Amino acid sequence: MNLSASPFGRFVAEFTRNKTATVAAIVVLVIALLAILAPLVAQQDPYDLASLVLRDARRPPGYVGTSGIVHLLGTDSQGRDLLSAILYGLRISLQMGLLAGAIAFTIGAVVGCSAAYRGGRFEAVMMRIIDLQLSFPAILLAFVIAALLGQGTWQLIMALVFAQYAYFARTAHGAASAERHKDYVEAALSTPLSAGRVVLRHILPNSLPPLIVVATVQVASAISLEATLSFLGVGLPPTEPSLGMLISNGFQYLLSGRYWISMYPGVALIILIVSINLVGDQIRDQLNPRLKR
Amino acid sequence: MTAFLSVEGAAKRFAPVLTFGDKVATWLGAQKPPRTVHAVDGVDLFVERGAVLGLVGESGSGKSTLGRMVAGIHVPTEGSIRLEGMPVMSPGNRPRKITTRVQMVFQDPFASLDPRMRIADTLAEGPIAHGLTTRREAMAYARKWLETVGLDPDYATRFPHQFSGGQRQRVAIARALAMQPDLLVCDEPVASLDVSIQAQIINLLMRLRRELNLTLLFISHDLSVVRHLCDRVAIMYLGRIVEEGPTPEVYETPRHPYTRALLESVPRLEIDDDVDVVFRPIEGELPSPQNPPAGCHFNARCPLVFDRCRIERPLLNEVGNGRLAACHLASPDQAGPNLAIKPISG
Amino acid sequence: MTAALLEVRGLKTHFPTSSGIARAVDGVSFTLERGEVLGLVGESGSGKSVTGFSLIGLVDEPGRIVDGEIRFEGRDLVGQPTKELRRIRGRDIAMVFQDPMMTLNPVLSIATQMHLALEAHEKIGKEEARQRSIEALARVGIPSPEGRIDSFPHQFSGGMRQRVAIAIALLHRPKLIIADEPTTALDVSIQAQILAEMKALVKEFGMAMIWISHDLATVSSIADRIAVMYAGRIVEAGPVGQVLRSPRHPYTQGLLDSLPTRTSPGEELAQIPGTTPSLINLPSGCAFAPRCARANAECAVIPEEVYEDARRFRCHHPLPERSTP
Repeated sequence: MNLSASPFGRFVAEFTRNKTATVAAIVVLVIALLAILAPLVAQQDPYDLASLVLRDARRPPGYVGTSGIVHLLGTDSQGRDLLSAILYGLRISLQMGLLAGAIAFTIGAVVGCSAAYRGGRFEAVMMRIIDLQLSFPAILLAFVIAALLGQGTWQLIMALVFAQYAYFARTAHGAASAERHKDYVEAALSTPLSAGRVVLRHILPNSLPPLIVVATVQVASAISLEATLSFLGVGLPPTEPSLGMLISNGFQYLLSGRYWISMYPGVALIILIVSINLVGDQIRDQLNPRLKR
Repeated sequence: MTAFLSVEGAAKRFAPVLTFGDKVATWLGAQKPPRTVHAVDGVDLFVERGAVLGLVGESGSGKSTLGRMVAGIHVPTEGSIRLEGMPVMSPGNRPRKITTRVQMVFQDPFASLDPRMRIADTLAEGPIAHGLTTRREAMAYARKWLETVGLDPDYATRFPHQFSGGQRQRVAIARALAMQPDLLVCDEPVASLDVSIQAQIINLLMRLRRELNLTLLFISHDLSVVRHLCDRVAIMYLGRIVEEGPTPEVYETPRHPYTRALLESVPRLEIDDDVDVVFRPIEGELPSPQNPPAGCHFNARCPLVFDRCRIERPLLNEVGNGRLAACHLASPDQAGPNLAIKPISG
Repeated sequence: MTAALLEVRGLKTHFPTSSGIARAVDGVSFTLERGEVLGLVGESGSGKSVTGFSLIGLVDEPGRIVDGEIRFEGRDLVGQPTKELRRIRGRDIAMVFQDPMMTLNPVLSIATQMHLALEAHEKIGKEEARQRSIEALARVGIPSPEGRIDSFPHQFSGGMRQRVAIAIALLHRPKLIIADEPTTALDVSIQAQILAEMKALVKEFGMAMIWISHDLATVSSIADRIAVMYAGRIVEAGPVGQVLRSPRHPYTQGLLDSLPTRTSPGEELAQIPGTTPSLINLPSGCAFAPRCARANAECAVIPEEVYEDARRFRCHHPLPERSTP
C-alpha cells in the first residue's frame, strides 16, 4: 500500500514542512512519553511518603539530598523531588485534559452532526441550548459544576466536559451542515443507506478536520482549566496532585524567594500548552482550504 | 398497461424556514411576500422499460429537482413516483427511500464521491448494506464493477483525489451500477467534463444501457447530447413539462413555441466562412420561480401569445404520433409544424 | 506598414508549484488585427485562460511571464510597470470573465461602479457619467436602464449581470476585448442573446476580440480566426471555416469528431483516448503524442510550426487537406 497516497500520509508530509510545528509536535510527544513513563523515569516516587525526608524540604535546584539524589529542580515543602513531582503531575494533567477532551469531542460531535442531519425543531432547540452555554465563560461553568459536584477525579472531568462540549457541538454542527447537502451525502441517501450510517460513515468523518483543530485547542484549555480549578481548590483531591496543585502548593513560598516550587511546574505547564497550540495552529492552516496556496 | 416509471402529478415546493424573528414580525403585522419556490409544478411522466428519456431545460426549469425526486433524494410535496407500481418512497411523516432499483449519477464527480473513502469502500458500501455482496467478497465485487465501466480494477484501493474528472465520473457510474438498478437517473453527467472526455462517458452510457438493459432518465441542458443519446425527450420550463415525444420528431417539428425557440438558440458549428451567422435568441428573461406568471408560464416570452395563455394553464395533451405538448395552439387536429406563423424576431 | 493591433511572440507563463513548474503557457505566438475576432479554444488545463490573463498582466501569484513579448500597438507590455498596465487595462484592453462577479462589486450600485470605471481613465462629471452609463447599459440590451442603473448586482439575473459587466468593459470603447468563457455559465437562451449582442457590438465599434472558450460551436459562430490550444501551446490556427472544415492537427480533428452533432444519434462517438497531461509532467515531444493515433518516434521532438497560407499547425504527421467540405 502506498502511504503517501492516503490522505493521512499526505497530511504528515505537509505537516513536517513546518519546522516550528514539527518541533512542537516532538515536544508534545516527548512530554507525553515522559508522563506515561513517569514511574520508570522519575528518580523518586513523590507520593511514597516513606521516601520523603523533611530535612530536604524547600531546597533549591541542584541540591543533593540525604539519600544521595540530585534534585535538579529543587524540592517542595514536603521534601519531594520537584522534577519527579512535575513528571507525575504532567501525567495527571494530560490524563485529565485528554479524557475530558475525548468525552467532550464525542458528545459534541454526535450532538452537532445529528442536529445538522435532522434539522427542524430538534436542530433549533439543540443549537439554542448550546449558544446559551457558549455565552458563559468556560471557567465559570466549570467552577460552578466542580463546586456543586464536589472534589474527585470524575467530578472534575464532568465539569470540564460540561464546560467544553458546546465548542465541539458548535463546530461539528457548522461543518456537518456544510457537508449535509453535498452530492456524496445525497448519493449515500439515494442508495439508500440508513441515516445513522450516513451520519457516522460520511458526514462525521468529513466534518472531522475543523473538530480536530478545536480538539487541540480544547485539550490545551482543559489542561489549563483543570490547573486553574485545582489551584483554586475545587479541582482534584490532594491525592491526585496535578500541575495546578503543585503551582498552588508553592505559591505561598514565591515571595520568600523559593520561586522554584511554583515556577518549574508553571514552566512545564506553559511549554505543554504552547506546544499543543502550535501543533493545533499548523493543523488548522493545513485543513483550512482558504489558506492553501 | 402501466409504465415502468410513472410520475403522476408530482410537485415539489421549497418553502423557506420561518425563523423566530420572521414569526414575530408577521405577528406584529409585517407583510412578507410568499417566498415559496415551485420547483416542480404538477408533472406527469411515463417511461417505458429500457427507454432513454432526456429531460431538458434551462436553470430553474425543475429538471434536477424532478430527477432527485425520482432518485428518492427529495420527497415530493404532492403526487406519486412509482416503479412498476411500487412507490420509491415509504409513506408516512418521515418518508425514506425504500427501493434500490433507482440509482443516481451526479453532475460533479468531484463532489459526488466521499473524499475520505477508498474507491472499493465507496463501491461496496451500498451493496453490502443491501446484501448484494458480503464484506469478504466486497473487493472482488468492487473490482468487477470498475472493469465494467472501463477502469483498471487495481484502482479499487485508490482515493478519489487520485483520479481525473472523467475517471471519477466512471467511478460514480460504477457505484450506481453496483446496486444493480433498473433505472439510472443521470443528472448532467457530462456537463462538467471536457469535450473529449464527454464523448467517452456518452459512449460508456450507451454501451451500459445495451449490456445491462437499463432504463435511463438523462437530465441535461445540452440539446446535442440529448439528441444523440435519448429515444424520447421531455422539455421542461419553469417546473412544468411543455413538450414530450420521440427525440427526432421533437427536434425536427417542435410543437411548443418554447421548444422551438430553445432549439433555435443553440449555436451550431459553422464551417462556412461566408455565411454570417444570425442568432435567433428567445427574448426576455426567465420569470422568477417564486412568482411565475398565471396561465402558461411561457406567455411573457412567447411570440404567439394570446389572451387565453395568460389565464388558463395549458395541459400536456396528446398531439399525435405519441407526442405530447402543453400549448393552447398545439392540438391533434392541427397536424405538422403549425407554429411558424410568426417568425421569431432576432 | 502599420503594426498589427496585438502581436504575441513566444509567450511563456509558468507557475512554480511544490511538485515542479507548471508550464501553463509554453511558447504561444499569434497576431490580432484591428477589428478581428480570434477564438481561443482548448480544454481545461490547455492554458487558454492563462494566455488571456497574461495579456493584461493579471496572472495570479506565484505564476509569472518568464519569456516572450506582447506587443500592443507596437509597444511591449511585458515588463511594463503595474501602474502603466493599469492605465492600459480598462481603457485600451478590457476583459469580460466567465463569472461577472469578478468585475462587479456586490456592495456598490451599478451607477457608482460605472462612474468609478469612467473616472479611472478620464475626468468626467457625475451627470455626464450617469448619462454615458445609461447609454452603455442600453447598448448591451438591458431594458429600461434609467430605472435599473441604481440597482445592485444581486438584483440582476445571471444573464443581466454579464450584460452589465460587458457594458462596463465597453465604457471606454477599448481597442481589444478579452472575453474568457463569458457565456459558459449562462443558459442556452441567454447565451444566444449575449453572443448576438457581442457580435453586433464588435462590428459596431470596430473592436478586436479574443473569445476564449471550450465550445467549438460558439467560437465558430462568432470568431474570424481560431487558435486551438493543447497543453500550453497553440497546435493549430487559421480562419475558422478552414480549420473546422479540414483540420490539419489530429487533436483538432479529435475534438470535432467527439461532438455528438457530427455523428448520427445512437452511434458510438469517436473519442480521444486517455486524459489531458499534467502541466508539470509534460511529454518531452509533442504533448498530444501519447493520445494520438498518428504518432510515431518522430513525435518525441516538439514539432516546428508549419505555415500554409493563412493557416499554421504544429504536427509531424498533419492530416491531408480536404479541398471540399
